[in-house]
Amino acid sequence: MIETRQLCKRYGELAAVDGISFTVEPGRVLGFLGPNGAGKSTTMKMIAGFLAPTSGQALVCGHDVVEEPLAAKRVLGYLPEGAPSYGEMTPRQFLHFVADVRGLTGPRRAQRLDDVIERLHLNGVLEQPIETLSKGFKRRVGLAQAILHDPAVLILDEPTDGLDPNQKHEVRTLINAMAKDKTIVVSTHILEEVHAVCSRAIIIARGRIVADATPAELEARSRYHLAVSLTTPNVAAAKEALSRLGDVAAVEIDPQDHRITAFPKPGRQIFAAVSELLKTQGIPVSELQLESGRLDEVFRSITQGEKEEAHA
Amino acid sequence: MSPIRTVFKRELASYFATPVAYVFIVIFLVLAGTFTFYIGNFFERGQADLLPFFNFHPWLYLFLVPAVGMRLWAEERKSGTIELLLTLPITMWQAVVGKFLAAWAFIGIALVLTFPIWITVDYLGAPDNGVILASYLGSFLMAGAFLAIGSCISACTRNQVIAFILTVVVCFAFLLAGFPLVLDFFSAWAPQGLVDAISGLSFLSHFASISKGVIDLRDLIYFALSIAFWLYASAVVIDLKKAD
Repeated sequence: MIETRQLCKRYGELAAVDGISFTVEPGRVLGFLGPNGAGKSTTMKMIAGFLAPTSGQALVCGHDVVEEPLAAKRVLGYLPEGAPSYGEMTPRQFLHFVADVRGLTGPRRAQRLDDVIERLHLNGVLEQPIETLSKGFKRRVGLAQAILHDPAVLILDEPTDGLDPNQKHEVRTLINAMAKDKTIVVSTHILEEVHAVCSRAIIIARGRIVADATPAELEARSRYHLAVSLTTPNVAAAKEALSRLGDVAAVEIDPQDHRITAFPKPGRQIFAAVSELLKTQGIPVSELQLESGRLDEVFRSITQGEKEEAHA
Repeated sequence: MSPIRTVFKRELASYFATPVAYVFIVIFLVLAGTFTFYIGNFFERGQADLLPFFNFHPWLYLFLVPAVGMRLWAEERKSGTIELLLTLPITMWQAVVGKFLAAWAFIGIALVLTFPIWITVDYLGAPDNGVILASYLGSFLMAGAFLAIGSCISACTRNQVIAFILTVVVCFAFLLAGFPLVLDFFSAWAPQGLVDAISGLSFLSHFASISKGVIDLRDLIYFALSIAFWLYASAVVIDLKKAD
């Protein structure tokens, strides 16, 4: 479990993190979103005990990270941004070093090492210096280090940054597999990831929380929530027909692929009506889709709205 | 295993994982030998002692120890591993001391490898082995003090070149603290007490008395305190500059 209370970090006049409070329960994966420089990494560094908060408090499994740093660090696994590791060491040496520091001994040590090597597919590269490995492998070595002691709390700063789509998928699968009994915080600016792994998302901008909701709730804030989009060869006729529907607020045509999107009036469902209309009008449709909402649009409107507010 | 030992082991192994260790040891041995025989006139003196050997150690250390010390923290900072190291369940002083001891042990290994010169002098004459042992001890302690300065300055920057140059300058000032070169700088304006205090900080005079075979507790304490002070300063600097 992680709890932060009014966490602040100031550098002179600049407030990098400005009063962030949240709680994450075991079994939950919290997605930490925000534009670059919003304070995501700084917040994670404070929870991990690397940076001392200027004010406020962070608790990891009930241990205050400033008062009882060692107790907090023992139950925590942390993947710093960029997954740093000692380049001249091989993954095997590096993991043994971390196992030593974490005080893993005996059969449990062997079992944990085998487990992370297996889970992150490190077997083929165990004896190569880490600096000669590809970015994907470096990231996996960093992840292996973070989960080596089977921590109750995991903090992963951009775990999938720089990975190819297959590797991203693997890391997400790994996070989902561990999510059952752990408390996990993942920062990312890949929005599809929020859906794939997070049970809750916090968006921060300028050091403050601007949204705290489930991914579905965030999507519901989108203009595209419950909109209907379709592709048809008969664009003009379809647009004409859709505009006349009572519950449709607006109809837009994508200038690139000519995909038509019909937006409902607030609180209305239009999918059935649209589908019925197209059938009665005899407009051929090659594809018809109910949109759940677009996170990137929500993200933009929330974080940029905040920026203007801050300037005012 | 205690965290200090774990950090120590990793750090020492990292020296030998790259050519750094071998280059350093070879250069150290070659220079120590060259100075002793060519500039120190080891044979021509016709005396069975290692004075010409130890006399050059402060000057060798002046350039070689900062080269070892510069990477201590600057590299951790640059590669970001400092964040990894300090979020593992170890305390700051365990990390500082573990890394320092590894670098010190590494220099100790280089120093031990100069043993053929002791064998030479022991074979050719009848030196006072007590004095030689004391000189080795003094030399090792002085290297430790240089290294602790290097640790602190390395913690200030992520650039190893800057760390190296600044460490050389600071070490040079400490080396010659008892000499006019440094004292004249202070004597014009500082009170006499301060000037005396500064001259008492000279590495060279403390080393000289140990290498004469006089193991004075004050000299040992001086080096131990220097090391402790600069390591403490390292920890403070790392704490202050972590965010950069």
